[in-house]
Amino acid sequence: MAIHYWEEEIETLPRIGLQSIQLRRLQHLVTRVYKTVKPYRDKMEEKGVRPEDIKSLDDLGKLPFTVKDDLRDNYPFGLFTVPLDEVVRVHASSGTTGKPTVVGYTEKDIDLWASVMARALACAGAHKGDMVHNAYGYGLFTGGLGAHYGVEKMGATVIPVSGGNTKRQITIMRDFGSTVLLSTPSYALNLADAMDEMQVDPTKLSLRVGIFGAEPWSENMREEVERKLNLKAVDIYGLSEVMGPGVAMECLHTTKGMHVFEDHFLPEIIDPESGEVLPPGEKGELVFTTLTKEAFPIIRYRTKDISRLIYETCECGRTLVRMEKVTGRSDDMLIIRGVNVFPSQVEHVLMGIEGVEPHYQIVVEREGNLDTMLVQVEVSGAVFSDEIRVLENLGKRIEAEIKDMLGVTCKVKLVEPRTIQRSEGKAQRVIDKRKI
Amino acid sequence: MKVEQIAIFLENKSGRLSEITGVLADNNINIRSLSLADTADFGILRLIVDKVEKAERVLKEGGFTVGKTNVIAVEVPDRVGGLASVLKVLEKAQLNVEYMYAFVNKSGENAVMIFRFEETDEAIKILQDAGITILSGAQICAL
Repeated sequence: MAIHYWEEEIETLPRIGLQSIQLRRLQHLVTRVYKTVKPYRDKMEEKGVRPEDIKSLDDLGKLPFTVKDDLRDNYPFGLFTVPLDEVVRVHASSGTTGKPTVVGYTEKDIDLWASVMARALACAGAHKGDMVHNAYGYGLFTGGLGAHYGVEKMGATVIPVSGGNTKRQITIMRDFGSTVLLSTPSYALNLADAMDEMQVDPTKLSLRVGIFGAEPWSENMREEVERKLNLKAVDIYGLSEVMGPGVAMECLHTTKGMHVFEDHFLPEIIDPESGEVLPPGEKGELVFTTLTKEAFPIIRYRTKDISRLIYETCECGRTLVRMEKVTGRSDDMLIIRGVNVFPSQVEHVLMGIEGVEPHYQIVVEREGNLDTMLVQVEVSGAVFSDEIRVLENLGKRIEAEIKDMLGVTCKVKLVEPRTIQRSEGKAQRVIDKRKI
Repeated sequence: MKVEQIAIFLENKSGRLSEITGVLADNNINIRSLSLADTADFGILRLIVDKVEKAERVLKEGGFTVGKTNVIAVEVPDRVGGLASVLKVLEKAQLNVEYMYAFVNKSGENAVMIFRFEETDEAIKILQDAGITILSGAQICAL
């Protein structure tokens, strides 16, 4: 198999050389952030660390963490390090857990993003001449546009089809001869089902490889997508706080981890409880420091994703460290059909409805290809009625408000009081029955 | 003239109904009439009992969600067209029946129906004006 690289020299650089680049960039970053962003400076001073204390990569551990709340506290642009007139684009999270988190990019950042995304595409064997079907959502979400510019940078053809309208997507796929598919893995399975319905034979399509991300997926799901869509499925990782898609990418030569583009995004694994850096190879919470971003660099961002770093050189020749498929979260966030859901949001909705008590339980399952969310709510005396209609309307209202707030369709089931399991006085809020 | 009815929220799972009737039996409460309304997910059990306050208390203590509502017990002639004649009165007055169910015992020659209205007081007045007999809680428990 021919190996495609986008920036071969850096992707295959001996680690010692890579580390010296990382250290130089880190020192420069810390100095700049310390000078320009007060919240960062305050936190560093609180910890008693100054830019000149960063003498080796190990000193990274001296720096304070950044968490999602720091982004919210400085909403919208408080953590930007450049004047706003140098920011050419912003993206934002949906803000369903509070204020949205906003990230910004300079022209150079956009170019960097396109480059790392091009690297990711090359990892999947994509090249100029490919017809890339980009079914990630376009908009404030980083998925669509992030991938888009990478394809253009590479010189391949991008079809900015975005999400939805599945049947049209299949027609386009067939008529345009899409060779590379970018989507969430669950949407890929939807596409497969729709093909079946439309009697489109995937083996007659030109699809060669699918780049799937933005939600957790299992090896079983990989096998299913590959079989149903007749393509090779690879995993991509990214998050808007760090960049967007293109932070790490699996290559065609291994299913043991995604190459982290660590000349730009420096990863660490920490113990989520103590915050201590864990030795190489141990499982823990993934933390990222961006080394080169201008508008919105981030220092030691706690992703809450649980993973492991693998330092052996890959068969593909890349020396870049690999991160194992994310196996869980260190918080209670759920990803349902690609949407981030915190149980506290559901609680917030319930508390907003008069008489409803926040005794609830979320049951997540995967039926076919689709995640389903069932919210069980205990019926208190205050909302109970002797009329069916009144209770049914209550259920519908909760469903509508959750949909409104979270952007996820759910089913509400009214249950008797004290039916929701309470262990040691603490209710179990989430039952995730999906096998991921 | 109103009759107090107990309503209990029930999930559709086996054994719940027998638990409720068990609690009532243990507390020496007699069920005079009942109706069960259900959907795919849940049901509502409506009861007319001889000791309303006690029933409400013991069921709440048993962990059930209990509500109390006022309904009307109406004498309906036990013959062809009997119920139709009562409903005609309500229709004329544009009164909407939320639900209704039959009482087990007869009141003399008449059957007894339990009616639930949104506008209970208005319904009582309209029915009485039409010469229809309405029974009190004490009266129906004595049947």
